[in-house]
Amino acid sequence: MVDQSAVGREFTPVTARVEPGRLRFFLDTIGETNPIYRDETAAKAAGYAAAPVPPTYLFCLEMMDATIPFEFLTALNIDLARVLHGEQRFDYHAPVVVGDILTFKPRVTGVTEKKGGAMTLIVVDTPVTNQNGVHVADVSRTVVVRNARPS
Amino acid sequence: MSQQPSVGDRIVHKEFPPITRHRLALYCGASGDHNPIHVDLDFAKAAGFPDVFSHGMLVMAYLGQALTDAVTPSRIRSFSTRFAAITQLGARLTCEGTVTELFEDKGEKRARIALTTKDQTGETKLAGEAIIAL
Repeated sequence: MVDQSAVGREFTPVTARVEPGRLRFFLDTIGETNPIYRDETAAKAAGYAAAPVPPTYLFCLEMMDATIPFEFLTALNIDLARVLHGEQRFDYHAPVVVGDILTFKPRVTGVTEKKGGAMTLIVVDTPVTNQNGVHVADVSRTVVVRNARPS
Repeated sequence: MSQQPSVGDRIVHKEFPPITRHRLALYCGASGDHNPIHVDLDFAKAAGFPDVFSHGMLVMAYLGQALTDAVTPSRIRSFSTRFAAITQLGARLTCEGTVTELFEDKGEKRARIALTTKDQTGETKLAGEAIIAL
């Protein structure tokens, strides 16, 4: 079971490119028709250098371009089948637009046991910077691990 | 949003079509979240679930869409949710957001928006908030 010794663990940084084709697939999948995401003219009229990404897309970029899928789970010896998403937070500091190249640096910042050890909550905080070194966002995910019952 | 909102105003409201297996397969590819629990019935059953179920982040993507229908993305300072319950196949989701506070931070007028996503039975799937610049 994951314990406090995991706090501070860092994982392989992920470099992700905001590609227009992949972004369009995401927009089509969620039925997003807002022109600000699809029409460069509308995006520029709203003050963006190019089309921005939707609010949750940073989470996807990190997963899509990770060289080791679900690294934080395998590194902490957590079975993927026992994980649920507990909470998710995004803090936005600067725009992220098509063409940007982002770097994600995930790190465990919290481990909490719940329900007498039946569940463990793990918080992974991930600062995100762009190709110019601008800190564009902070992404924080909390996963819930359903621990095996002791037999 | 062209006008200054008031506390209590419901500024976000959007309904989404039922969650299908096809949608989950598309989201698996489009999001990079290849966890089989959302698309592989055998895997989901072995993990103790009766069927596959939605990615929480698909539901949050819908909530984000409802939010940016009302608020230009560049005005969103933060967006957070708790995943209160699993979203099942067939769920018809409604996303709503209500202004709960007007305040100033970092020299900027801001509003706090309480956000929810509920299914057709009224069960809360996501509960969260956004801070937006006015």
